[in-house]
Amino acid sequence: MPDPAITPEVIAKHGITPEEYARIQQILGRDPNFTELGVFSVMWSEHCSYKNSKLELKKFPTTGPRVLVKAGEENAGVIDIGDGWAIAFKMESHNHPSAVEPFQGAATGVGGIIRDIFTMGARPVFSLNSLRFGPITDDSAEARTNRRLFAGVVAGISHYGNCIGIPTIGGEVYFDESYAGNPLVNVLNLGILRHDQIARGGAVGIGNPVFYVGAETGRDGLAGAAFASRELTEESKEDRPAVQVGDPFREKLLLEACLELLASGCVAGIQDMGAAGLTCSTCETASRGGTGVEIELDLVPKREDGMTPYEILLSESQERMLVIVKKGQEQTVRDIFEKWDLPYALVGEVKDDGMMRVRHGGQTVVEIPARQLADEAPLYAREAAEKTADFADFAEELSKILSAPSASSAVQKSLVALLADPSIASKRWVWRQYDHMVRLGAAVLPGSDAAVFHVREADKFLAASADCNAIYCRQDPREGARIAVAECCRNLACSGATPLALTDNLNFGNPHKPENFLQLREAVEGMAEACRVFDTPVTGGNVSLYNESPVAAIDPTPTVAVVGLIADPAHITTSAFKQAGDVIILLGDLVENTPAQGMGASHYLKVLHGRKAGSPPALDYDRELALHNALRALIAAGLVRSAHDCSEGGLAVAVAESCLAATPALGASISHLPSSSSGTTSPLVTLFNESQSRVVISVRPENLDATLFQLQQLGVPATRLGEVTSGDTLEISAGPETYRWPLADLHRAWADTIGTLMEG
Amino acid sequence: MKAVVTVTPKKSVLDPQGAAVAQALAHHGLENIGKVRIGKSIEIELPAGTIDEARLHQLCRDFLSNPVIEDYTFEIVA
Amino acid sequence: MRFAVLQFPGSNCDQDAVAAVRSFPGASADLVWHKTNSLAGFDAVIVPGGFSYGDYLRCGAIAQFSPILAAVKEFAAQGGPVLGICNGFQILCESGLLPGALVRNRDLHFLCEHIHLRVETTATPFTKNARPGQVLRIPIAHGEGNYVCDDATLAELENNGQIAFRYTDATGATTEAANPNGSRAHIAGIRNAAGNVLGLMPHPERACDALLGSTDGRVLFESILSS
Repeated sequence: MPDPAITPEVIAKHGITPEEYARIQQILGRDPNFTELGVFSVMWSEHCSYKNSKLELKKFPTTGPRVLVKAGEENAGVIDIGDGWAIAFKMESHNHPSAVEPFQGAATGVGGIIRDIFTMGARPVFSLNSLRFGPITDDSAEARTNRRLFAGVVAGISHYGNCIGIPTIGGEVYFDESYAGNPLVNVLNLGILRHDQIARGGAVGIGNPVFYVGAETGRDGLAGAAFASRELTEESKEDRPAVQVGDPFREKLLLEACLELLASGCVAGIQDMGAAGLTCSTCETASRGGTGVEIELDLVPKREDGMTPYEILLSESQERMLVIVKKGQEQTVRDIFEKWDLPYALVGEVKDDGMMRVRHGGQTVVEIPARQLADEAPLYAREAAEKTADFADFAEELSKILSAPSASSAVQKSLVALLADPSIASKRWVWRQYDHMVRLGAAVLPGSDAAVFHVREADKFLAASADCNAIYCRQDPREGARIAVAECCRNLACSGATPLALTDNLNFGNPHKPENFLQLREAVEGMAEACRVFDTPVTGGNVSLYNESPVAAIDPTPTVAVVGLIADPAHITTSAFKQAGDVIILLGDLVENTPAQGMGASHYLKVLHGRKAGSPPALDYDRELALHNALRALIAAGLVRSAHDCSEGGLAVAVAESCLAATPALGASISHLPSSSSGTTSPLVTLFNESQSRVVISVRPENLDATLFQLQQLGVPATRLGEVTSGDTLEISAGPETYRWPLADLHRAWADTIGTLMEG
Repeated sequence: MKAVVTVTPKKSVLDPQGAAVAQALAHHGLENIGKVRIGKSIEIELPAGTIDEARLHQLCRDFLSNPVIEDYTFEIVA
Repeated sequence: MRFAVLQFPGSNCDQDAVAAVRSFPGASADLVWHKTNSLAGFDAVIVPGGFSYGDYLRCGAIAQFSPILAAVKEFAAQGGPVLGICNGFQILCESGLLPGALVRNRDLHFLCEHIHLRVETTATPFTKNARPGQVLRIPIAHGEGNYVCDDATLAELENNGQIAFRYTDATGATTEAANPNGSRAHIAGIRNAAGNVLGLMPHPERACDALLGSTDGRVLFESILSS
């Protein structure tokens, strides 16, 4: 079948603008053929080129004394963790594929990020994820769809991660109407390696052979990268490309074979085939190596007959890698891939002319300068809307809510409602489906502030947490992004860890809409600033734009994940109360001193009043840093029995969660809330405000004085709240009233909600 | 009356299970085999004389198979 | 004592089993590739967990034809101790070394969590150091651990004392709620008639280090090492 003619319609269908087409003509000095047009369209899609976001991403700090490989240089950044060991980690999204086919979309997302990590020469040791879906609570058709997406995504992650034997040790799951029809699936993988094991993705050494290894190429996910860079419309459901199917078994073999190959010393360069498959790996390795690469498509292992060059080059079949081998060591590749029963083929050679050249049926079908294709996509500074945030009316709305006659009795039901909100409720239904214990490293099981993992080969304890409060980001993307970084680092501090570095996944709407681009810019600048403050360079990440359902754009969701190091296993701390009689202390202020009182953009407003309103709580870097340092100092001194940060739902939810996380659950009596604040402040504010820089800890009674003294020395405000009890109630006195909740009621709300919704 | 629904992976979609079984069959000496594809067979007992084929097609499409990655056929047997 | 830990394509608890064995004084462990056909020099065999051959077709179905399985059968016939964990248990059932089969969990989900199991027999090299009726807290991690067998097989297992472990609650009671996957007669693990081949779904190798929340799995390894 002859290739279609290059008409303006064909060009537009490839998502290439007239200006970009002119640039292509200029690069080639001629018109591209149909295959070359396809190659340009995927390489210059947002997904591969970051053309709409790169100018913003340059604002991130990417260097530091621990950074061994910088973000953007290779597939993932590499960070020194001491004693000759390093970690490579990165987060990536698979939002659009998961919307179309949740199980395979999520599964292949896991597979993709794992390949990014072992491409670096690292052995993948754990995964983390951040998932967002539309509401799942009612009986509407929409909620049923959201439940199906949620169940499918969790099953897909479980299928791939469990089978390949890489533990999924934690993450976050949120539900909000803005994600209806456009779920977010952000997956992180982290691997461990020795400094001298870092593998590079450059096609170096003129004349070196180029091997294709791994699964055969089929017509999978044709042009998926271009697909991910468009909005989801009703038509795209029909017009969807063939869905990629993940094969974790193949990937397990590929992982072992590649690590064995890298250990043999025969590899000059290695690159996985992710989005844009063979195209991307060919031109990127050539560009990085400052060389050219020529490949012969007739030699590529194929699953289907009659595939055209266009289809072969743009296929997104999973579990494939491109390996540049040192000349003369070809036999090593053959031996290793035969041992692991994996397809492999010598498909090409490194050239000195800087071209990506592809041959098929005796003809040259693609000939493009590799560097211009891979690294010189046009960059756009999109138009950002003016900032318009105006929260003037919020104070009035808030005072109306707080002064309602029922406000006092509302406390009782509000805590139960918050704990039963699927975004806050226990995610046990999710993580019991993930094998989080394989590799014998899960020192802190999912559900605490941060996951803690013992990397046995290096004897290092790593802590990791993923966070983003998208309501904050919706109301104020800059502040929301700053808080996301701060909360992640706070979670690590609660676990006894010091942050090392950060990876991010920027999920936003269509950047051509100025209001969306403003959100992106604000969030990036806020995050960049916070990264400098908390000394967490960005190791890389992913940008996912065009997250719009048929109704509207998602709330801006700049998900961040921070990895930290715990110096001594004795410092590992969890959120669960440990023993009756321990004293409960709040580090930080009860209420921030602003008109919004930390109630703006709160979960209380969302869950109890259906409102996403007001300015998010304000973050003060000095207070936040002082808090983290104090926590680590107290933990190192052996004073802290439990530590849990106050986030969604505020103080009451934090205390309740520390009670319920204990096995068996422990009670608490909060009897010392200062009357000055509770006298003039509504108990709703005292209990549910989300003021930042706050952590609830528990200490042995005999250590109370030492703890308070040390906190005073470190300049961290502290309030003794009450005691952990062996009783079966949570009791909180706020103002004149004392509220009592049977733990059984709280437990039911918190522990059973998601399971009941999902299993019926 | 019984409807026997056969659900198989679409031709263009990778079938990892089929591929692994094909390889194992080859190891067992079954040479020169082509593709192996693995699906499911679903038997639905129906009251006699009530077959609404259009409805059955709809259920096959919307529920019993995943049209994104699977094809189905059904036959009615006595 | 030298342990062979079998390695199939798709095994993923092989390294964990090696690490667990090596944490015991006097024990060594080596990985043995599935294409090997001899177990000469080994004193015990562990068929580890994972997803051999992706668990495609049926769990453990393809692995039973690997060359090493013939060697395992011979090793077992000569009375050598063989321990199958999770996918290893499935392989031992598929290959006929143990009776019965493992099918999808009752609620169809993969489940990873700590559960309790009760020691039903101490007449195996793997449980001889345990107390009869001792309750162990050990993690499970499987999607297909629901043990099934016919009435005659169950009667035989019961009569011969071949049921090694049952799922219970923390007090040792076999309640329905404490059966995580719907296994017949709450069976978590069984042994062969001779007693030297044992398979169980829970992962004792994941319960050998206090840092990971339980050391109750150690008794299995201590038992073999003292035999």
